[in-house]
Amino acid sequence: MNATPNNSVNISRRTFIKATALVAGGLVIAFSIPHAKRFLMPGATTDAGKAGDKPLPTPNAFLRIGTDNTITVMLAHSEMGQSIWTTLPMLIAEELDADWSKIKVEHASAAPEYAHTAYGIQITGGSSTTWSEFDRYRQAGALTRALLVSAAAQQLGVPVESIKTENGFAISGDKKISYGELAEAAAKLETPKTVTLKDPKDWKIIGKATKRLDGPEKINGTAVFGQDIQFDGLMTAMVVRSPVFGGTVKKFDASAAKKIKGVQQVVQVPTGVAVIADNYWAAKKGRDALKVDWDLGANASLDSKALFDGYRKMAATEGMVAAKAGDIKTAMPKAGKLVEAEYALPYLAHSPMEPLNCSVKIDKDACEIWTGTQMQTTDQQAAAKILGLKPEQVKIHTLFLGGGFGRRANPAADFVSEAVEVAKAAGVPVKTVWSREDDVKGGYYRPMYLHKAKIGLDANGSPVAWEHTTVGQSIMLGTPFEAFGIKDGIDNTSVEGTADSPYLKSIPNYQVSLHTTKTGVPVLWWRSVGHSHTAFVMESLIDELAHTAKKDPLEYRRALLKEHPRHLAALNLAAEKADWGKPLPKGVFRGIAVHESFGSYVAQVAEVSVNKGEVKVHRIVSAIDCGLAVNPDSLKAQMESAISFGLGAAMQSEITFKDGMVQQSNFHDYQVMRMGSMPKVEVYIVQSAEKMGGVGEPGLPPVAPAVTNAIFAATGKRIRTLPIGNQLA
Amino acid sequence: MITLNINGKEQQLDAPDDMPILWALRDVAHLTGTKFGCGMAQCGACTVHLDGHAIRSCITPISAAVGKKITTIEDIQNDTVGQAVQAAWSEIDVVQCGYCQSGQIMAATALLATNKKPTDADIDAAMNGNICRCGTYPRIRAAIHSAATKLA
Repeated sequence: MNATPNNSVNISRRTFIKATALVAGGLVIAFSIPHAKRFLMPGATTDAGKAGDKPLPTPNAFLRIGTDNTITVMLAHSEMGQSIWTTLPMLIAEELDADWSKIKVEHASAAPEYAHTAYGIQITGGSSTTWSEFDRYRQAGALTRALLVSAAAQQLGVPVESIKTENGFAISGDKKISYGELAEAAAKLETPKTVTLKDPKDWKIIGKATKRLDGPEKINGTAVFGQDIQFDGLMTAMVVRSPVFGGTVKKFDASAAKKIKGVQQVVQVPTGVAVIADNYWAAKKGRDALKVDWDLGANASLDSKALFDGYRKMAATEGMVAAKAGDIKTAMPKAGKLVEAEYALPYLAHSPMEPLNCSVKIDKDACEIWTGTQMQTTDQQAAAKILGLKPEQVKIHTLFLGGGFGRRANPAADFVSEAVEVAKAAGVPVKTVWSREDDVKGGYYRPMYLHKAKIGLDANGSPVAWEHTTVGQSIMLGTPFEAFGIKDGIDNTSVEGTADSPYLKSIPNYQVSLHTTKTGVPVLWWRSVGHSHTAFVMESLIDELAHTAKKDPLEYRRALLKEHPRHLAALNLAAEKADWGKPLPKGVFRGIAVHESFGSYVAQVAEVSVNKGEVKVHRIVSAIDCGLAVNPDSLKAQMESAISFGLGAAMQSEITFKDGMVQQSNFHDYQVMRMGSMPKVEVYIVQSAEKMGGVGEPGLPPVAPAVTNAIFAATGKRIRTLPIGNQLA
Repeated sequence: MITLNINGKEQQLDAPDDMPILWALRDVAHLTGTKFGCGMAQCGACTVHLDGHAIRSCITPISAAVGKKITTIEDIQNDTVGQAVQAAWSEIDVVQCGYCQSGQIMAATALLATNKKPTDADIDAAMNGNICRCGTYPRIRAAIHSAATKLA
């Protein structure tokens, strides 16, 4: 874990702090805890405040304590199901000794102070929230506690050392004062130079399964998602977009659309034509009645089969080298046995349950945006650019996200930019709503990939030479992330999980090369990003090698991973809990996979039967080493979630193109996991004091290969193309 | 104007006959607990009760609800079964992003209203039309079994 033996944190040196009185429905105190200076964005302020400063605007607060004892935690990250709404408050409450029942939570505004401590912009992604905020939020809690203790000591006329804190009270002997009663006095104190974080052995909240704070409102229908924003004057818009990516409007005829009752305006925007109406139904009917002539542009003949044929040709040649060791060219011919295989994975849509939407209200010198977003900073900058405003003039209200999975973290700010364009063109406040069809056909997919591998084995069946070529689009190219994500022409998200594979590290000769393609299809990170394809390929190949070597797939992995204790710990725990090697019911077979992503190590054992070509996944046993598990129950929920998401895609999901157009449109032809196909899931946590990793994504990568490896055990057929679909029929 | 009975109250709504119940609830009656997910009865996010039966409100026009009782997530706590389902959802901590959960709860309540002790196969059949992209399925199943036990 990250907690160090010396838990003292020198605050002044890290340019922290602002403790200030605020008036907002009662006296409250606010603390400004900017992120470390080296990550600051231009324009961010870091001046340490003094007592008695003017009230800070809300964006600077991480925490407010009301005189009514409520403790409001401001989230620098977005709640999209991963339970950060509960995990970050746990960190503050732990150090603050807060009364958990008094905790309230709000999404923070878009502001530089809330930039990710490692990435420098306000973003929720990369399974990074908990580890990246583990220090900042604990420090906010500890600092607040120190101020409250000082205030209590003054009020009671006792030394600070005699005060203990518990459940929202400062206590000295038989006297106790609530935090709410101390808030005003605490806000007037000088902020301490250092705070001491709790010794992990004293933790009461961190590490304990804790129920979600957003549970009640998500059970009774009162939780407010972007889609639920309503206010007087807010219209609904639907945009008709080009049926082919990159197409443009030649001309349009709005006469029929304008006759629909409730349709108010039809306006052209850069992405197409928008129908603005009183409500969704009128907007949809208006859009259906709209006639648009398109110039389909350069992608009008896009075809998935042709794309794969092109990828296959490229894979026959060496790409840009992403990683290498030894000399495959001399080693390969000496190998006793060769395994050659080609793997293919399709484009995938994220399809969060809440279709994309964004509400925009433009005033003179200001703009307000209500949406569910994973990337406030780039959205804010995009809106500001369109409107000729400064970023700080654009206020973003982040609402609950009805799922994100990466789709709501778009550096191109597509759905926010479009909504701003619509509101600008319409001259009224507008909520732009996507239909499910718009979402499925709307691009920003997980790219399709082709992998080709040639592996030489020695007499013992161990790999001695591994040549690996990947073909696919870059996610980072052309985005502001290029500088940080692309090195020497290699997009890390194309080769994460191959170029840095622990298996390759154990092989004397290997080469991973990459052909980066351009297709005209907008692509984006999809839950687990590059690992969503590389784990499938690597763990399938390892399984192929084990079977070629006539060795047990678990033992084969153990031998190759002997220098990788965290992989081994997850692998061994999953194997033990799944009773690897012991008999199964007739017709049921096991497959295993292990993969590290986002700093966490996950192994899974799948139990599968295949009956008349139909695959049934009965059970997934999953083990994870993510270092400290701050909230073990939400960790388990994320494993269940990632398994569902990854398995649904592996079984059935694909986006394909014909004549430039996406062939899928809604959940009847873009199939995802449903109740009837969901296996039993068991999650086990490796007790670990290692570095913290993420939990939102790492449960996904191993599930597809665990299942296809089990299918091989059941049928002898190796699945090398996803989705599995009806390949066994 | 059309008169609908929503959560026990007669309401006059200015909406065309062909407007789906979903949009009448959300955009006209301002009850936003019922969610839009697919618009073609493929995901179940819009599930409400019409005279106690689970229906997909995104494809059911309001004209089909005249003279019948619409019950939404906003009122389901006043139903004995609905209350037990919500309590079980809380006990198991089912939700993640939460967007599909109104529909899941309405579907589960309708199931338990007619089948007091559903098997796993019954749950598969009744809930297969309700998609959850967060994959809360194992917990939904556990919560339905738990609610059934409490209601027994």
